[in-house]
Amino acid sequence: MSSLLRKDLKILARSRLLVCLLVLYPVAIALLLGFAISRAPAKPRVAIVDETAPGETVQVGTQRVEVGRYARQLFNQVDAVSVSSRAQALAKVKTADVLAAVVIPSNIAARVGSGTAQGELEVIYNGDALEQSLVQSQLRSALAQANLGFSEQIQKAAAQAIEALLRGGSLGVRGTPQNLIGLRQIPGMLHSLIARTPAGAERDALRRIETFAEFAAQNLTLSKRVLATVGQPIRIRSVLLHGRRTPLDKFAVAAAVSVSLMFIAVLLAAGSLALEREERALARLARGLVSRELLLLEKVLLAAAAAFVVALAMLAGVGAFVSIDWGRAGQWVLALAAGGLAFAALGVAIGALARETRAASLLAFLLSLPLALLALVPAVSVGHALYDAISVISFVFPFKPALQALDTAVNGASPSLAGSLAHLLGLTLLFGALARAGLRRLD
Amino acid sequence: MSAALRVEALSKRYGELYALRDVSFEASHGEVLAVLGPNGAGKTTLLSILAGIQSPSDGSVSTEPREVGWAPQQPAVYGKLTVRENLELFARLERIENPGEAVARMLEQAALTARADDRVEVLSGGNRQRVNVAVALIGRPAVLALDEPSASLDPAQRERLWRFVDAMAAEGTTVVFSTHNASEAHSHAGRVLVLDAGSVLFDGEPEALLERAAAPGEQRDLDLERALVRFLEREGAGGA
Repeated sequence: MSSLLRKDLKILARSRLLVCLLVLYPVAIALLLGFAISRAPAKPRVAIVDETAPGETVQVGTQRVEVGRYARQLFNQVDAVSVSSRAQALAKVKTADVLAAVVIPSNIAARVGSGTAQGELEVIYNGDALEQSLVQSQLRSALAQANLGFSEQIQKAAAQAIEALLRGGSLGVRGTPQNLIGLRQIPGMLHSLIARTPAGAERDALRRIETFAEFAAQNLTLSKRVLATVGQPIRIRSVLLHGRRTPLDKFAVAAAVSVSLMFIAVLLAAGSLALEREERALARLARGLVSRELLLLEKVLLAAAAAFVVALAMLAGVGAFVSIDWGRAGQWVLALAAGGLAFAALGVAIGALARETRAASLLAFLLSLPLALLALVPAVSVGHALYDAISVISFVFPFKPALQALDTAVNGASPSLAGSLAHLLGLTLLFGALARAGLRRLD
Repeated sequence: MSAALRVEALSKRYGELYALRDVSFEASHGEVLAVLGPNGAGKTTLLSILAGIQSPSDGSVSTEPREVGWAPQQPAVYGKLTVRENLELFARLERIENPGEAVARMLEQAALTARADDRVEVLSGGNRQRVNVAVALIGRPAVLALDEPSASLDPAQRERLWRFVDAMAAEGTTVVFSTHNASEAHSHAGRVLVLDAGSVLFDGEPEALLERAAAPGEQRDLDLERALVRFLEREGAGGA
């Protein structure tokens, strides 16, 4: 086998363009994919025109909420560009300097404060249908977040006004009466007054007022809680059922390295086996000089080793930019080795079918890329039946188990590597057997 | 003299189709045997079975595949390796005791010493074919099977190749080669085997084929090519 390995290494060393493509192309694709996965959706760049007067407030009972708070909430949700007029905002949208513009009209405080009409914002879009859809979706989400924040402010002000009504005393607001009686105090005060009042119509009237005051205090106390519920009817509490959560950037590292591992191992194994046919040397080798099993083993080991070295270097290189746990390096080695072997076995199965290296490389590429992308499809993004089909396909090809193994090895995404390693070993044997069947034909 | 190669009742079937049917012949040490016949006659199948590339459906071959040096029609060597590296690789795979010496010997016999460090991909077709044959001979096989060795070579390249093969035969190697070129068979083979539709139609010296091709009372043709065509027209499966 050492003679064959030396021969293949010499051929590789003399095919510099092929080696460059074989290494650079997968690494480039892996980095692009990793970047695409790890990058959180950017905040939309939006021009904001605040036409309200500085310091303008919305009156909520005895409380006031500054309208500027709404603008600040909105500023937090988008990449905000403050402009002074609607005309400026329109110009920025037209020149695509911003994706959209939001105009906060001068009458918004009056409308919100009226309690009978909603405030209205003007949103100005540009761009084609796809851009509009994307911007509208992002902006709707940003506005919903800003609305929620503003409604919390109003709700808080309303709750403070109710509390003042219940508690009484000084409200601390200029122009309001001092030392007011609180609604909660009225029943107690009336009770002692009723005790001193002789039976009759006056006492009955006082009793009715006492009952009303108790009822009103109870219901106003409840209304504070109702306000909170109406402001945010449903809160979200996240519970992760399976495994440990991997941060997106670290998952992207595992995905990018898996893609490189896959392309190098599959393309190299497929190409080097197909080269034996292309050079018509397969028949010469297999007629007693080298057993077909040994030939396959040599190709698998060569491709897996090359992919392992590049993937390990890539992982170590990425480690300079993303914090990864070097204490788990032993597990990386296991995951990369098992993944490399399984991908190389898939490669020789492809190479055994092809008569020439170009056909083998094309077939390997056409098969590998969709499989990798399919394995990254989240369950929630497609229907049940389609996801089941994708799961079956992903199960019988090595990308998903290799990604799971690497995610576990690098990020501790699940408690044990053993399951993924066993899966990869099974696929190595399966594709090795298919490759052996493909080599029955020697011409 | 004992036969270096004995083929007995060899048949190869693909389903209902016979590629070879009950083929038997012997060849002695140093004998050069040409296998002639039209396309589809079974020449390549016969050589592939001798080389161990295919297994027969019936019959037997006296030699083991490892005892047969095989040179397919298209050179089966690595273009990115040099002539020397190709020979060294196959010498090691043949487990030859002293690969360096075997390589030097083959380079000299194949007149390729001057091109030893050139990559095969830059050689002419004739030189590649000599490398192809040299690789087949590196393990000093008793029998050399050549499948249309001179196809696509120019006359000068063909001449150099035959000098090399004839020298091997002179050293005792039994050579079995297939060809469409009857005059080449006439020049280099001591015996010809004519196959048609998988069966042996003739086995003997070229002169005997010339005799047999002539109709009774007709003058014997001196050109083996024309004689072979006439013979196949008269006695072959596609003939009258």
